[in-house]
Amino acid sequence: MVPLSHYLILSAVLFAIGMFGALTRRNAIGILMALELMFNAVNLNFVAFSRYLPSTMLQGQIFAIFVITIAAAEAAVGLAIVLGLYRNFKTINVDEINLMKW
Amino acid sequence: MTVIQVVFFLVAAFTTAAAFLVVLAKNIVHCAIALVFTFFGVAALYVLLDAEFLAAVQVLLYVGGITILLLFAIMLTSRISARGVRVMNEQVGMSAVVVFAIFALLAIASLKGFALVGSPPPASYATASLGRLLLTTYVLPFEAVSILLLAAMVGAIILARREREKD
Repeated sequence: MVPLSHYLILSAVLFAIGMFGALTRRNAIGILMALELMFNAVNLNFVAFSRYLPSTMLQGQIFAIFVITIAAAEAAVGLAIVLGLYRNFKTINVDEINLMKW
Repeated sequence: MTVIQVVFFLVAAFTTAAAFLVVLAKNIVHCAIALVFTFFGVAALYVLLDAEFLAAVQVLLYVGGITILLLFAIMLTSRISARGVRVMNEQVGMSAVVVFAIFALLAIASLKGFALVGSPPPASYATASLGRLLLTTYVLPFEAVSILLLAAMVGAIILARREREKD
């Protein structure tokens, strides 16, 4: 059987990759993709912990379901905002959208 | 090494490679395609963890829903043929340091904190009890999330709608 720490390390790797993308990408859609990666890492953690608890305790999976649902809502609203940005600025590079930055 | 462990390492390597591609690829469409593979890898890990329902939800929602949404947004916004544009901003070095520090912290915590966790309990087909829990103990968050989804849907439509010229 695969030890719990293997899953946790893998999840940490995915989280770190996603975080790097969210910090360095210029394209707003790229940032959203990196965010989805981070959500997936967190979900993997939840499910792994849930698997290693007694099988009547499914809270980890329940939380993963809620995270997935909210990630879907976040993606829809986020992409709508990106479309609005593109319409107003003709770019979705986040370092060029600096109207409120001094 | 048992078969399960070999499968785990293969899936883990596949998922990590795809995730690197998501973050580092130059063409944003390639990123989206790599993201699909990452989602499939995570779904396979859910299967390995005996969470079949979540694996199905992952494929349906992420691969079928969110990726399509992302691809539509890419097609509507960026000039796909634009080449030679910088993908990263100026924070690459600093971000690499911060991310590596956070990864080291998480890795040490996972290795030290959970070294004593033994083997998991025997697998049980959890989908039925998952549904029961969602409609009894967690029915209030369940309904709250449904309202949140409705609000997000309405908000997305209003945000993305082209504004009409005022008469």
